[in-house]
Amino acid sequence: MNKMTLAQLRDHIAALESPGRRPAVLPFGVAEIDGFLPWGGLPLGALHEVALPTGDAPDGPTLGLVAMLLGRLARQQERPVLWVSRRLDLYAPGLAAFGLPADRLLMVQPGRAAEGLMALEDAVRCPGLAAVAGDIWELDATAGRRLHLAARDSGVTALVMTHGTGAGRAMTRWRVAAAPSVAPAHPAARLGVGAWRWSLTLVHCRNRGRDENGVAARWLVEWQDETHRLGLVAVPGDRSAVPGSRYRAAG
Amino acid sequence: MPGGTRRLAAVNRAALDAGLRPGETVADAQARLPALCLATAEPAAEQALLEHLAEACLCYSPMAAAGDETNLWIDISGCAHLLGGEIPLLRDLVRRLTRYGFTVRVAVADSAGAAWAWARFGDPAHPCLPAGEGRRALLELPVAALRLDPAIGDGLRHLGLKTVAALEALPRAALASRFGDVVGARLDQLWGRVDEPLSPCRPADQPRTYRRFAEPIGRADDVAAAARQMLAALCQDLERRQQGVRRLELAAFRVDATCRRLTVGTGRPTRDSLHLFRLLAEPLGTLDAGFGIEMLGLAAQAVAPLAAEQMSWSLGRNGGEAGAEEGGLALAVLCDSLGNRLGFERLTRFVLRQSHLPERAVRRLALGQGDGGTDGGADGAVAGGVAGRRPVRLFERPEAVEAVAPLPDAPPLLFRWRHQIHRVTRAEGPERLSGEWWRRDERDRDYYCVEDDAGARFWLYREGAYDGQAIPRWFLHGIFP
Repeated sequence: MNKMTLAQLRDHIAALESPGRRPAVLPFGVAEIDGFLPWGGLPLGALHEVALPTGDAPDGPTLGLVAMLLGRLARQQERPVLWVSRRLDLYAPGLAAFGLPADRLLMVQPGRAAEGLMALEDAVRCPGLAAVAGDIWELDATAGRRLHLAARDSGVTALVMTHGTGAGRAMTRWRVAAAPSVAPAHPAARLGVGAWRWSLTLVHCRNRGRDENGVAARWLVEWQDETHRLGLVAVPGDRSAVPGSRYRAAG
Repeated sequence: MPGGTRRLAAVNRAALDAGLRPGETVADAQARLPALCLATAEPAAEQALLEHLAEACLCYSPMAAAGDETNLWIDISGCAHLLGGEIPLLRDLVRRLTRYGFTVRVAVADSAGAAWAWARFGDPAHPCLPAGEGRRALLELPVAALRLDPAIGDGLRHLGLKTVAALEALPRAALASRFGDVVGARLDQLWGRVDEPLSPCRPADQPRTYRRFAEPIGRADDVAAAARQMLAALCQDLERRQQGVRRLELAAFRVDATCRRLTVGTGRPTRDSLHLFRLLAEPLGTLDAGFGIEMLGLAAQAVAPLAAEQMSWSLGRNGGEAGAEEGGLALAVLCDSLGNRLGFERLTRFVLRQSHLPERAVRRLALGQGDGGTDGGADGAVAGGVAGRRPVRLFERPEAVEAVAPLPDAPPLLFRWRHQIHRVTRAEGPERLSGEWWRRDERDRDYYCVEDDAGARFWLYREGAYDGQAIPRWFLHGIFP
């Protein structure tokens, strides 16, 4: 604990001394996650990957996580962010609920996959952006290395959503899956949908090994709308799924 | 050919010497000269070539136009001194056009009509009619120099009027009563009493600059260096006019009388020559110089006002606070570069609007359109809280699902979407959203946020209410995170 506080103090003083310099880390705000990552948060100026779900699994949580990270980066560095994607169905008010306002988001819609990768590389080299997110089907090792080096030089964080198994060059690789929520606190909404819950898996992290499941770590997190923060729910143990209760008509 | 007979439209010098004239039938001509080479006349292609030549002559004056048939008009008032005088200008023009392979006759005079007449019927050794003193020379020209219809020309010849002097001596009323007003009008045009306006092939007030090379260049480095110098000159001109360029065109005139054009656009008006050169550098690499480029022309086709103070953010390079300004400049450069490569309509941003219907609450705008932020502060009311939660993905067309729901307005118990059954464990709603009151044909929608047993969350709506007869339909409109 003391070591982490010292490091945070050092960063804070360094930021005070040279105001133009970008901070090096984006903390998640969850102590377990920040403590597990060797940098104390998500390192900036690097390539990170988020795995897109395969098959029919819903991709809402993935987009939510990316929107949350982009929103925090945009607010931390007060610069716009760019999203390179061929999908047309991103909904701005939903993204705004994660802290990514519409006036900080630029969208680029490439016509072909190769154009998308090229646009992503160019955007990562632009120091006027806080972060860049991209939908890339497969990121091969060469492209991943180029992106990582470009991000390191310019200080722009690159978040790439891929279907593949990962280029191995990313600092961290995440996977998000939906998890059943619990009822909100209000007693009358006993069966309503609670806060968004995700099963957040850190598949691969540099300088950290993997556990017996082949992933580095896994957490169950919850997004709180009012405070715009992530909260840790519990480390999922080995228990069977609780059957959800049925809706009954009143009376 | 009118009447179905084939006639000669034009002949070259060798054919003229052999006695052929335009207008003869092909059969007669071939009977006289069996070794005649024929080519089909293409008036459209000829006119296009004439337009191209007119554009190549824009380096002499901004008012250059292609006339009909084989005429090229250039208004050189005030421009001749730039090339050392009228005679050197004419010499240069003739040399260039003959190098292309054309036979040229030129003349300079006070009025368009006089220039036309002197070019065709005047003395080739003295193509420049001195200003104000050409009257005596013009009076001796034949009547054909007045651009009259052949019928009127024949009529004048039958009456014995063969020169312009003879026509000038007659009273104007007599000519008008016999031949109409056209003879008098042509005479006025000849003497310059009536204006004959020119419509130039390119707008005359577009900022443009030309660079001609003593020897044709072909190497990409040379072309790039010349383009950079021309950009600097153009940007200085734009600064004087307080304008910025939105669309720039570089035209390369090659020695084989063809032209290659490159166009680049910017999202915002700019006159930063470095930025524009970077945008041009990419298409310049693909420019095919052929046998050589003899002239480069740079034109700002679309300009917009750009005041001086808006440029200050690109000039500041001092200290730490320039970080934000440099970032803004880098972002503008990135947007322009991506826009030129992918198309400016592919760079978009979202603008929130005041509408209850979710698909109308957001609009995608291309970056260059519509400056100004959200529309009337709609973002505060929509995201979370008051209006209810919104999904991160909204389908463009809501997908029909089959849902089982207790009546009248309870959330569904299960629904089938894309051949998969989802059992609902939790649900929120209904949230009734209706369109604007002036769109009467749309029905109200009751939206529900439902979660299935795997934790996936969906935004469903039921269209219309159950009113005892029809079963309302259910749709899936979005995916929650």
